[in-house]
Amino acid sequence: MYPLQIENVVKTFASRRALDGVSLELRDAEVLGLLGPNGAGKSTLVRTIMGRVRPDSGTVSIFGQPAAAGDTDARSEAGVVPQEIALYPNLTSRENLSVFGRYLGLRGNALAEAMTRSLEWAALTDRANEPVKTFSGGMKRRLNMAAGVLHRPRILLLDEPTVGVDPQSRERIYQMIEALRAEGVSLIYTTHYMEEAERLCDRIAVMDVGRVIATGTKDELVRDTIGTKREVVVSFADGTQVTHLIDDAAEMPRIMREAESHGSAIRDLTMKSPSLEKVFLHLTGRGLRE
Amino acid sequence: MIASVVRAGWLNLRRDRSALMLSFIVPIVFFSIFAGIFGAQKSKTPKTTVLIADLDRSDTSRRLIDALRRESALDVVLTPKKSTTPFDAQSAEATVRAGDAPVALIIPKGFGTTQIRFDAPNSGPAFRLLSDSADPIADQVVGGLLQKTMMMSMPEMMMNAGVSEVDRWSGGLTTQQKTNIDQNMKGYRAFNARTPAAAAPRGDSIIRIETTDIIGQNKANVIAALYAAGIGVMFLLFTASNAGGALLEENESGTLDRILTTRLTLTQLLLGKLAYLWMLGFTQMCVMFLWGALVFRLQLFQHIGGFLIMALSTSLATSAFGLLLASICRTRAQLGAMSTLVVLSLSAIGGSMFPRFLMPAGLQKAGLVLFNSWAIDGFTNVFWRELPLTSIVLPAAVLIGWGIVFFIAARQLTKRWEIA
Repeated sequence: MYPLQIENVVKTFASRRALDGVSLELRDAEVLGLLGPNGAGKSTLVRTIMGRVRPDSGTVSIFGQPAAAGDTDARSEAGVVPQEIALYPNLTSRENLSVFGRYLGLRGNALAEAMTRSLEWAALTDRANEPVKTFSGGMKRRLNMAAGVLHRPRILLLDEPTVGVDPQSRERIYQMIEALRAEGVSLIYTTHYMEEAERLCDRIAVMDVGRVIATGTKDELVRDTIGTKREVVVSFADGTQVTHLIDDAAEMPRIMREAESHGSAIRDLTMKSPSLEKVFLHLTGRGLRE
Repeated sequence: MIASVVRAGWLNLRRDRSALMLSFIVPIVFFSIFAGIFGAQKSKTPKTTVLIADLDRSDTSRRLIDALRRESALDVVLTPKKSTTPFDAQSAEATVRAGDAPVALIIPKGFGTTQIRFDAPNSGPAFRLLSDSADPIADQVVGGLLQKTMMMSMPEMMMNAGVSEVDRWSGGLTTQQKTNIDQNMKGYRAFNARTPAAAAPRGDSIIRIETTDIIGQNKANVIAALYAAGIGVMFLLFTASNAGGALLEENESGTLDRILTTRLTLTQLLLGKLAYLWMLGFTQMCVMFLWGALVFRLQLFQHIGGFLIMALSTSLATSAFGLLLASICRTRAQLGAMSTLVVLSLSAIGGSMFPRFLMPAGLQKAGLVLFNSWAIDGFTNVFWRELPLTSIVLPAAVLIGWGIVFFIAARQLTKRWEIA
């Protein structure tokens, strides 16, 4: 029994099929990255999981129990961090957490404990009594996340939580997510940043035009799409570049010999492992979607 | 460069429907409302309702009443609603106090047997005008037309007065002369009955008229008592529609979506918003009327019961109306434009900007459909007419009913936010 299981979910808005037979499972204490170009159906899938979209067909199950659209009881173990800063800007951090904690059913000591824990987790304890509207983008993002975990969900859906934040705040957000995983929380993480997915996600699902077109670990996706060959790029002083694809580092002496015979001095030499971005572009193409 | 700025401004306006509505639709609507109110008054003289209590019950007083009934500017009422018994002074006063007519004319006993004296115009029994100064012109209209009618429609009274003066100052008429005059007066009266007097310029005062402002006379501040309700209700509408916009802000920011993933249902959310708006509106009314009491001597504490009932029922209705407006609109900007249009229109027709009795009869009746006119009527009954609490049972019930209807409608319209 998986924490979250999505089976053959279809959703059509007017004439546009937003989800076209999506099936996925979220495993215990894993971070499942959800990648896809704009309009691929990621946010619709997140909203369907949270019961805000009623699928035309297919099912969403949470810890083995079917969770119909709008059934918030069935989703008591799930939390969501929306893409938008869904907070009250005139309220302080503490007041925002108090409001959302009550909406999530927390009261009394349980609420107070949850607020303290969430503020610490988001590194906002010292800003607890300041209005959110005075916060930087990164602080708002962290508080946005804190409001989603007040009730200690065992499943957390994060919809692009690092949009528009500086590298320091992003690093802090990564630490927050890793702390959740260490506590055994299962996470779905949608993002457009490939390096983020590579760093955080145990598995990755790539979506396009409402379908899941590939699922697996990064290595599995690389192997199944562009292969495991590494890219070696040699740059010369005359401005020319030569690219080699190699399976083994033992091929490097041969490449160096060829470079020396090029007739111009070697200026730079780089070796890259196959990236998730290449996999992504290989799977979804380079054409603009919007 | 300047032309580019103009072009950018124009393109922005063209694509912003809310701004377009505020720029062009709102002025047109207001032009129409004001033209409907004042234009109708210009094209046809508005009738002033006057109750007449005939304490004299003589031929002369009956002829006076007949003459007044022929006045196109007057709507003469002689009996209370659902009654065939003519008005007396008490029932006429009670009807004016209830707000069913702006003025009552009491024809004094002895009027028919009193001779007018040109040298002492104030010597006879006085006509009494019992007025509601909420309508500041009604008593003047009736007083003026009464003078005119006496002069022009009852000339034999004038002639009798003239003959008396001649008899008095000429050394005395002979018996034969008096008999001849009496006979000729009968013929003159018959002639006048066939050819009613046409309108003529108003003469000077020849009869005694005592005017009593039976409602406003004891008020410390007439204007505050009369207009506090209208202004209060209008601002309550603005506050409610503005605060109701928080719902749209939550929708636009994604907060609503987040809220609806929690245990809170949409119905609970709307009930919470309604309760908040209700408390806000009630507090606003309390602050406004307290200020009125402290600064403008509004008699708040003397009417605290009526105030509480009307403030609670009015703020309930306006709160639910604010939610309804928000649920109709898609964006905050749209709400801003729509609420400006709707609130100002409601306030104009409902009586916040000028009293409904100044409006044409059709608009006055149309105003009863609007919930804010009931609120203003209720507050007016409390602070202006100082009627008992039973007089506000109906307005309060209508407001509560409208509040429930508005809330149910808002709940239905917000279904679109529930689940996609």
